[in-house]
Amino acid sequence: MIVGDWPAVTVARCWRVMHVRWWIRRVASNRKPRRKILAVSSGGGHWVQLLRLRPAFEGDDVHYLTVNPSNRADVVPHPFFTVRHASRWNKFGLIVLAVQVLWVVMRVRPQVVVSTGAAPGYFALRVGKLLGARTIWLDSIANAEELSLSGRLAGKYADLWLTQWPHLAKTEGPKFAGTVL
Amino acid sequence: MIFVTVGSQIPFDRLIRGVDDWAGSRGYTDVYAQIGPSDLKPKHIQWSQFIEPDEFQRRVAEAKAVVAHVGMGTIITALELGTPILVMPRKATLGEATSEHQLATAKHLIEHSRVTLAVDEHDLVEKLDHIDSLAAGGTLGSQASPTLVDAIRGFIDEVPNGY
Repeated sequence: MIVGDWPAVTVARCWRVMHVRWWIRRVASNRKPRRKILAVSSGGGHWVQLLRLRPAFEGDDVHYLTVNPSNRADVVPHPFFTVRHASRWNKFGLIVLAVQVLWVVMRVRPQVVVSTGAAPGYFALRVGKLLGARTIWLDSIANAEELSLSGRLAGKYADLWLTQWPHLAKTEGPKFAGTVL
Repeated sequence: MIFVTVGSQIPFDRLIRGVDDWAGSRGYTDVYAQIGPSDLKPKHIQWSQFIEPDEFQRRVAEAKAVVAHVGMGTIITALELGTPILVMPRKATLGEATSEHQLATAKHLIEHSRVTLAVDEHDLVEKLDHIDSLAAGGTLGSQASPTLVDAIRGFIDEVPNGY
């Protein structure tokens, strides 16, 4: 080694040590790399249905997004975000909601976005899709006669588009794969 | 105690008034009602406009029966905790809901699970008179049907994890 080489050699050594350390840590913890899932719903029944899907998220990092801050206790210690409540009747509220959802999706950068409705889920699927996430929409079991408005609109942005009523399933989607009950 | 609940978004005075009048006429006052953003002041029963999720859980668990609108959060909680539940659908034509879906939901649900339906306030009185014999919802587990969990898990497993 000539004297002038020392910075490059040092850098190379450091890099190798760090790389080996990172590799050992990964093997030692025997952990598969985890996906980031953003699970989204509005309040009440939508939230209760989302919680019943939790076994499907096991092994991945789940981040929750809903409208009622007191629901945090249901999902401790997972990261938890809230946005304002808004429905189709409140246009200004919907715009604020959309911006809030955009902000959360950009912060979390999920690989998967899943929602049981309604408005926050629709926006999350659209933004998620835009940022390269795979998306799941499960229409609420409350919609037994026709798909919800948000469910119909979300269909275009859902990679997995599901209804909970067999008679509402169609060949072009949504599909039926079971219920939250 | 009977626990009455209508959710937090829209009042459902037809249900609350129905239960309150029934409680008064039968002298059955062991009733607690969560009435939502309503101006109604029930006379014969205890009530509040809103309650927190943990109190909601506790009241459903301790009640001998739940009387509610067709809200899936309430129905699923009652089924999970094994408390019998009687539901009355909201009507959009009366300004009680933004769509007419609750009757259809209730009709489909009673085929699939142990939910009792009161179609209107007259039927409600009839069903309340027999509330002691209301069948419990049985034991609904805490998670979605295995086929649904598998479908969603399978989809997620196909997604690259970003590392």
